[in-house]
Amino acid sequence: MKPGWEMVIGLEVHCELRTATKLFCGCPNLFGDEPNTNVCPVCLGLPGSLPVLNQKAVELAMAIGTALNCEIRPSTFHRKNYFYPDQAKDYQISQYDEPINVDGYLDLPDGSRVGIERAHMEEDTGKTTHAGASGRIHGADYSLVDYNRSGVPLVEIVSAPDMRSSAQARAYATELRAMLVASGASDGKMEEGSMRVDANISVRRSSDDPFGTRCEIKNLNSVRSLGRAIEYEADRQIAIIETGESVVQQTRHWDEDAGRTQTLRSKEDAYDYRYFLEPDLVPLVPDGEWIRAVADTMGMMPAARRSRLVDLLDPAGEVSDSQADQVATVVDLGLDDLVIAAVANGVGSGLALARTANEAATDAEAARKVDPDSYVALLTMEDSGALTATQSKTVLADLLAAGGGDPAALAAAKGYEAMSEDSLASAVAEVVAAHPDAWGRYCSDDEGDRKKMAGMLTGLVMKATRGQADGKAVAAELQRLRG
Amino acid sequence: MTKPAPLTRDDVAHVAALARLELTDEELDLFTGQLAEVLDHAADVAALDLSDVAPTAHAMAVTNVLRPDEVRPVLDRDEVLAAAPSVEDHRFRVPRILGEAP
Ligand SMILES: [Zn+2]
Repeated sequence: MKPGWEMVIGLEVHCELRTATKLFCGCPNLFGDEPNTNVCPVCLGLPGSLPVLNQKAVELAMAIGTALNCEIRPSTFHRKNYFYPDQAKDYQISQYDEPINVDGYLDLPDGSRVGIERAHMEEDTGKTTHAGASGRIHGADYSLVDYNRSGVPLVEIVSAPDMRSSAQARAYATELRAMLVASGASDGKMEEGSMRVDANISVRRSSDDPFGTRCEIKNLNSVRSLGRAIEYEADRQIAIIETGESVVQQTRHWDEDAGRTQTLRSKEDAYDYRYFLEPDLVPLVPDGEWIRAVADTMGMMPAARRSRLVDLLDPAGEVSDSQADQVATVVDLGLDDLVIAAVANGVGSGLALARTANEAATDAEAARKVDPDSYVALLTMEDSGALTATQSKTVLADLLAAGGGDPAALAAAKGYEAMSEDSLASAVAEVVAAHPDAWGRYCSDDEGDRKKMAGMLTGLVMKATRGQADGKAVAAELQRLRG
Repeated sequence: MTKPAPLTRDDVAHVAALARLELTDEELDLFTGQLAEVLDHAADVAALDLSDVAPTAHAMAVTNVLRPDEVRPVLDRDEVLAAAPSVEDHRFRVPRILGEAP
């Protein structure tokens, strides 16, 4: 970002809901099925068919509203009319001026708060494929349509224009995604299109200036693309303004390969959707009891789960950046219950967090299924010194592969036994005797030299014992010999 | 309630374009007159003082019509595609599209 400028960002996130069926019909809501196999008269827009609202979809929309601290209100559905073959009936059913969720906010890990203007329900469109030489829409001879996705329930979450950097926008998308997954509303898979992000961006010279003319960027398929596109677009707008021209309000398409945005349509081409109330649906009026019942079924949100871990590490909330990263990783992967269980059974919180964030996280899917008792037993062995860190990591890999088991038996099968104090002491003594120069330098008064040699001698002991020695115990023994 | 501005020929041409209707000059004149009469009738209703009447979102005073999230039978794909004018690769084949999706 060029100095002397500020960007203003608002994000619109479309999220597919994890229901068994579509929003207004009983067709399966499944990704990746054979084309046009999950269709019926309703989602094909055949004459005489009538939509009926899916209760589960409403409850997931309410869960999103609850998690985003929104007011959950009586709402209605409208027809958004346009001619495009991704909707067989030539309109999309969407909530318009009376959305179910309004006026919420999302707190980001850095402490900033982003307002949520609304989170409304609508149906997804079918999938069009452009056939012809280019595969792109321009130059396509015709298009092919698969209506499996048509009618899949969506919630569109519209943020306030509260973000001021691409990093903050990425943090918002990441946190929102984690929240959607934690609330059970969505699988959050950006690569499969179940979470799609559009960005509204404008620039201005000072935060006291009014908002500049904004452009909307589409086709952002990852959090990384979001960050890149925002940086590119802000620079493009600044360059235009600095040459004395004006930014034209338009919708632009992010080209990931080229790393640039391109004009999709300008404001003059804006659609006239002729919204009108959907006559086939009645108003949705959730009462307080229903809203509370939905809220009661929801698990903890990521922010609360992160602070629960931070409290374990340091009740005053003071943790290092690397530990904060580990906390974020563990919560993001849904492995925080393992850390909680380990600490509850007396394992040191630093060790429990590190093993989970660094090792268990490498196979998160297996780690989410592993028997917590086995996991806790293994970390207990490491924490008490019965296994070295290296041994513990090896056993953990076996434990994850097997989905559980007795870590003591797995360790014994590998020949891992805690070294007795005597054998550790003799291993250290042998290394010291074999490397008199290093030992001499270790015993010198040169602090730097001593540290370097301590590392080298410990490494030699580890090698001699094939990793069986505990690094901390070796260091203590060296210290003891030095006197 | 103030009376809306009278319907113009340009309004009718705009609405026709949105509905993908191609109208001749004579038809535009004809429909501008006819539609103006329809809207005049609506204006009679709009002129009533309804400040004491609560707005209704629907003709029926019914809310929360919901169905359980249970899978229902789908249509047979061959049957569905047989009804389409053009099909390729188990998909509906449609004429060339100008522009991206809205
Ligand atoms: Zn259907």
